[in-house]
Amino acid sequence: MLVRPKHGILDPQGQAVESSLRQLGFSVSDARVGRVVDLEVSSTDMSSARAEVERMCQQLLANPLIESYEIELAEDRT
Amino acid sequence: MSSPQPRIGVLRFPGACDDRDALWALAAFDAEAVFVWHTETELPDLDAVVLPGGFSYGDYLRCGAIARFAPAMSAVAEFAANGGLVLGICNGFQILCEAGLLPGVLRRNESLSFVCRDVPLVVERADTPFTNRCTEGERLTIPVKHGEGAWFADDDLYEELVGRRQIVLRYAEPVNGSRADVAGVVNERGNVMGLMPHPEHAVDPLLGSADGAFILSSLVESARERTLAAF
Repeated sequence: MLVRPKHGILDPQGQAVESSLRQLGFSVSDARVGRVVDLEVSSTDMSSARAEVERMCQQLLANPLIESYEIELAEDRT
Repeated sequence: MSSPQPRIGVLRFPGACDDRDALWALAAFDAEAVFVWHTETELPDLDAVVLPGGFSYGDYLRCGAIARFAPAMSAVAEFAANGGLVLGICNGFQILCEAGLLPGVLRRNESLSFVCRDVPLVVERADTPFTNRCTEGERLTIPVKHGEGAWFADDDLYEELVGRRQIVLRYAEPVNGSRADVAGVVNERGNVMGLMPHPEHAVDPLLGSADGAFILSSLVESARERTLAAF
């Protein structure tokens, strides 16, 4: 899961990172800092896994007032 | 007949650090203050609940995001739904916002720095159970100490809250990047309040200010009236 500050929400952490990168000579703008949550779920199919992870994001991992999220699934058949 | 002592519960989460100050201050205003452990599934017989400051569950993920799922929080939500008085201070405010009992969310301070100092506040409403010993427009000095105290609501929500007079306290100067300098809000019903400043740290002039007494004694007296009404 990729959780990031919503568009239009001030991200002071992103601003601090951006100004540090600029000091290093990188020409960057709009830096945003989010968070990655990696985990394993034991589901038999992708759609139920997605639904479960979706619920995790809504209930705990992201606060919808300020954060948006994306879900990326990978299969592990072992 | 002596007036009854209201019974006020102070929730204790692992990582809380202001629970004892809250207990002491409430007792100083003649409340019977008792601790409630976070794993309790039911609250004892209480007239009010205080969620104290600290760093519950390490404040992992987002402040208050884990604590809101503590067993005792379901009991607090039920208590609030029945009209019970609930005050969240600092981390307690963050928990109440994450739990959806108060509007908005508390974010990292705009400066990214921890702020720890006395701040001037303006009382926007003096007709809540938490501020009825104040007067509207009054200035109070109460300390803050937080890294994540910037209250945020989007435009629509903020306008709604202003319309319903749910903003109770504002900082008289910029402190943390909080939207419109909001320092404390109530729920629509007016029985749940959260604030970032720490009234329990400002109840004696020896500590630099005793203005926190206006908030805590309002709560204790409101709780006492409820005890009396129940007789």
